[in-house]
Amino acid sequence: MSILVHKLTRVLVQGITGREGRFHTGQMLEYNTNIVAGVTPGRGGEWVHGKPVFDNVESAIEATGADVSVIFVPPSYAVDAIYEAADAGIKLIICITEGIPVFEMMQVRYYLKQIGSRLIGSNCPGILVPGQCSIGIIPWQIVQKGKIGVVSKSGALCYDVVNALSAHGLGQSTIVGIGGDPILGTNFVDVLEMFENDADTDHVVLLGEIGGSEEIEAAAYIKHYMTKPVTAFIAGKSAPQGTRMGHAGAIIEGGRGTAQEKIEALSDAGVRVADHYEQIVDIIRESK
Amino acid sequence: MRLHEYQSKQRLAEFGVPVPHGEIAHTPKEAFYIANRQGGHVFIKAQVLAGERARSEGIKQAHTPEEAEYYTSVMLKNNIQGLPIHKVLVETTVNIAEELYIAIVNDRSSGQPVLVATATGGMHVEESAFADPDQVIKAYINPIIGLRSYQVMRIASELNLPRDLWRKFDTLVQAIYRCYVQSDATLVEINPLAITKTQQFMALDAKLIIDDNALFRHADLAAMRDTSTEDETMIRARNAKLSYIRLDGNIGCLVNGAGLAMATMDAIHFYGGKPANFLDIGGGAIAEKIQTATEIILSEPSVAVLLVNIFGGMTRCDEVAQGIITAYRNLKSAVPLIVRLQGTKSNEACEMLNQANLLRICTMNTLSQAVIQAIHEVQNVDFSS
Repeated sequence: MSILVHKLTRVLVQGITGREGRFHTGQMLEYNTNIVAGVTPGRGGEWVHGKPVFDNVESAIEATGADVSVIFVPPSYAVDAIYEAADAGIKLIICITEGIPVFEMMQVRYYLKQIGSRLIGSNCPGILVPGQCSIGIIPWQIVQKGKIGVVSKSGALCYDVVNALSAHGLGQSTIVGIGGDPILGTNFVDVLEMFENDADTDHVVLLGEIGGSEEIEAAAYIKHYMTKPVTAFIAGKSAPQGTRMGHAGAIIEGGRGTAQEKIEALSDAGVRVADHYEQIVDIIRESK
Repeated sequence: MRLHEYQSKQRLAEFGVPVPHGEIAHTPKEAFYIANRQGGHVFIKAQVLAGERARSEGIKQAHTPEEAEYYTSVMLKNNIQGLPIHKVLVETTVNIAEELYIAIVNDRSSGQPVLVATATGGMHVEESAFADPDQVIKAYINPIIGLRSYQVMRIASELNLPRDLWRKFDTLVQAIYRCYVQSDATLVEINPLAITKTQQFMALDAKLIIDDNALFRHADLAAMRDTSTEDETMIRARNAKLSYIRLDGNIGCLVNGAGLAMATMDAIHFYGGKPANFLDIGGGAIAEKIQTATEIILSEPSVAVLLVNIFGGMTRCDEVAQGIITAYRNLKSAVPLIVRLQGTKSNEACEMLNQANLLRICTMNTLSQAVIQAIHEVQNVDFSS
């Protein structure tokens, strides 16, 4: 088993004819991801990497039975793409797009909760299940099948850690990038709960950063509900207050959301927190 | 992007929020004439993007045009939290009966806007809010249906506002909410919100922060950006869409991804060094952008060594190497270069760097090795100077 997606998941790519969408569709297909169709309004009838393009999500689902959508649409159209997928009945929407205005993300999150669709992201690298499928932009060349669940706010940091895990024979069950925006469709707690219930995961790596309180909420969940060991790293211990560190969400405001406060909460919940990220591998190896 | 007080008030006034009459002065003489027109009784308020201006002599009450001129001349020579003061707001004084605090802010954990109010506004509102959270009245706003009057009425009641002011309060708060939504603000704060002796609401100070992701659809707000405290380097970085923040150390950092960039800074601190900057080149950057990034870092006099930490996924390491080599050649830089490249095309990139005949270059497999080497280089520089 895996969490969220698996090798039979029927994937729809919104924005498949764009530069990013086209390139990453090729990458996902190379990993044998079951991509069944793409959507770009006005481009229905074309083919990309041998997959049919439809004008809208509804007709794509009708023709192909797609059940998960991944979005590579520019920020000014991405919100519309999310609503379209949700209204057409897609229950898992993965939005790679960076730069969506925050207010619109609040509306999206509210709406999706009401109709029961889950959003991953936005501004996230997506989900990868080693040996089964890659939905998003996580480079599959670095992954290895195994028992470690990985959940991260950031992309490149996550790849670096996953690469090191693989190099030391520590394979992964599922890798989930939840994104670095202030408003996230899916939080650490949601993913931790799935890993806790996943028979194929026996250890979790959590990669957080400054800003927001998702890591604090994760610590509370771990403390009360989690039986599997968690190893974590929080980026931004040395970041100055009040300055946005790249990600829209990575900012310490009014003294809240500091790395120190998150590290303390996680440590208190029994999580082993690495001082710097290359220690993660050592910590896991010691525990085995 | 944060707006100045006078810009925030101007914006709020467009939505119908009452603000005191005020004008901007760039010189003491201008302040004199403005104060003179307003009868002499004015506040002089430094327009600088820093908090706690009153505690830093950035807000003064003048009783004559001469006093206004004097305070302005003092202020324009000062700075607050390191930021120079280029202009002041000269504002009519208001007869205040009561001061409240009101704000609308994005609440990250609930994913909703939240309206926050307290019955006592002013300078110490944050301390008192921490001391007694029960004083803070909150209303969560459904982002799809918006702020409803019943929510505002409940807040008016909890604030113990006189009943005959409730409707007026609703009109005011609805205007603030419209301003928040239509400006794509992440924060609108009015502190204090005065009730005048004539029972009018008036925003005595205001702060707006605009969502950077939404600036593309607010050309008018984007044009309000104050670049007078930014230097050429910061402007160059923003134009190149590089996320660049100057810090007080001497190890320059070039990294892909915000999380990895922060983690690299943390690793430098962990081993006892100090980063000179935060720099995220973004995903999939090409050689040209990396060249600009490298040149920006090398142009900082404080940088004694350049540490490159790249994990190539979408970003190709050969593009990174090409950009770095071009920048070093252009600037004929002798700043030692420590490189840790992993992932897509990293072998090709290391080969390119090794053959480029740069003066001092070192390629490392792990970030720890690279950071230790960088700190070693910095110490060498320190000893020789």
